[in-house]
Amino acid sequence: MSALAAKSLASRELKSFFRQRSRVMAAVLTPVVLWLMLGSGMGSSFRSEVFRGDFLEYFFPGIVVFSVVFAGMYSTISTIQDRQAGFLQSVLVAPIPRASLVLGKVVGGATIALIQGVVLLVLLPLAGVELSPVGLVLAIGILALISVAMTGMGFVFAWRIDSVQGYHAIMNLILMPMWMLSGAFFPADGASAWVRGVMAVNPLAYGLAALRHALYWGDETLRAGLPAMWLCVGITALCGLLAVWASARAVAKKPF
Amino acid sequence: MHDAAVVTESLTRSFGDRRALDGVDLEVPGGVLFGLLGPNGGGKSTLFRILSTLLPPTSGSASVFEHDVERDAARVRESIGVVFQAPSVDKELTVRENLLHQGHLYGLAGASVKTRIDDLLVRFGLSDRASDKVGDLSGGLARRVEVAKGMIHKPRLLLLDEPSTGLDPAARRELAEQLADVRDNDGTTILLTTHILEEADECDRLAILDQGHKVCEGSPGELKSAIPGDVVTVDAPETKRLAVDIAAALDVSGKTIGAGIRFEARDGDGLAVAIRDKFAGRITSLTIGRPSLEDVFLAHTGHAFRIDTETGETT
Repeated sequence: MSALAAKSLASRELKSFFRQRSRVMAAVLTPVVLWLMLGSGMGSSFRSEVFRGDFLEYFFPGIVVFSVVFAGMYSTISTIQDRQAGFLQSVLVAPIPRASLVLGKVVGGATIALIQGVVLLVLLPLAGVELSPVGLVLAIGILALISVAMTGMGFVFAWRIDSVQGYHAIMNLILMPMWMLSGAFFPADGASAWVRGVMAVNPLAYGLAALRHALYWGDETLRAGLPAMWLCVGITALCGLLAVWASARAVAKKPF
Repeated sequence: MHDAAVVTESLTRSFGDRRALDGVDLEVPGGVLFGLLGPNGGGKSTLFRILSTLLPPTSGSASVFEHDVERDAARVRESIGVVFQAPSVDKELTVRENLLHQGHLYGLAGASVKTRIDDLLVRFGLSDRASDKVGDLSGGLARRVEVAKGMIHKPRLLLLDEPSTGLDPAARRELAEQLADVRDNDGTTILLTTHILEEADECDRLAILDQGHKVCEGSPGELKSAIPGDVVTVDAPETKRLAVDIAAALDVSGKTIGAGIRFEARDGDGLAVAIRDKFAGRITSLTIGRPSLEDVFLAHTGHAFRIDTETGETT
């Protein structure tokens, strides 16, 4: 493992991202617009027996997770572009283990995703959530785990898919249902049985529940009805590990 | 340091039924500028990819400084610098950042890599553009960044795939000078692929590849002087009949290539005069020349170099 190479690859991801202003603007504005639009539009239709706040508040952690999920996944598009442009080739002929490449790409992409998620937390007061310091630390940790899991998963696909268009198509097919059925948009308690079943096995639902735990860390009554925190964090961490392992395996199976 | 840089034995690479490389034996001596010349599809890019460890051979072997490209890829990678045909820089990063990143890939960090980068920037005339994004540079300058990138870790062998494709003649000449400088001052062996005859002419040694086979090898001078006599080329509106008529009248045999007929003759002047006297009305132009690399290619393969190449690219 070459830590220097991994660090350099990761920092390159960040530099490339922050130098593309349109990308940065879209990354910040898309979730905010979506939150305000859907949050305000759906407001009075929202009803939950467990959650006592309004829909803007309910939807907020969902939109933070949305931001992290899509940012993490889409950051790995750079892998496809690097392959097409030629950048990747020069990394592949360098005397570094493939693991450095995987680590650099996943850490770089996950950091971009994490930053987007954390920046959105600034809007928490608008949603009516009072975040405790412990809650903030927990929230950042959980968002980091989700970022790693999603970036790793994105990398596995990006490593095998040759076209950006194909990647988009497949990612939307996976990500939209995964996010919609994570409890981001509606709670499980009002949903039909099969949707509840899907939500119970959707790993992202546990990531989101973990984030809700963190955001309401100070007030246990607001966390009623969520799966236990240890379970949520455990599943999310396990997914992160799995994703990194799957990335390393994808590269080992197809080294070029 | 002048042991063989590259040795291949019966090197073969197939893609499905097609043999891109077919039993190539090659030895590239250390310290030379070596060219792999061939038309597109000749096999030179396949050989390049095998030597840069990106593609395993189907059979046979290839080694770089006695390290096998397959079994000992890590050692090979340490000793080669690779300049791809497609740009391998990050266009969003500056010239300096790209070089620094490349240094990191080769385990170079701190003050030593900074000094190395400054050296390379000066040598490749990039100092005043060091803080510009590579995406803002001209094609010629961007290619120089590629070569500088390949040289960051002082490789013993620099591999370049079609380095002057897409460059204008001035940039091409500059690149040739810089490569000669790298060979002379760094002792680096240079192996490049090309389908541009002028570029091949500037190499110390050449191997000509056609349809996966090595057809000949030697210095450009040796290869050309092995073709006897002169080459007389006749351009004419109607070549087929003319070729037959000239052959019958003057007891020579020519090859028809496109709009021209090409004759090899011990006495080029005599043949040219005879053709002019007898067929002046039927020809548009008549040239006498020493054999070129194009003639070398034709003599060894029996077909013209340009026909196999993509339109427009070849000179």
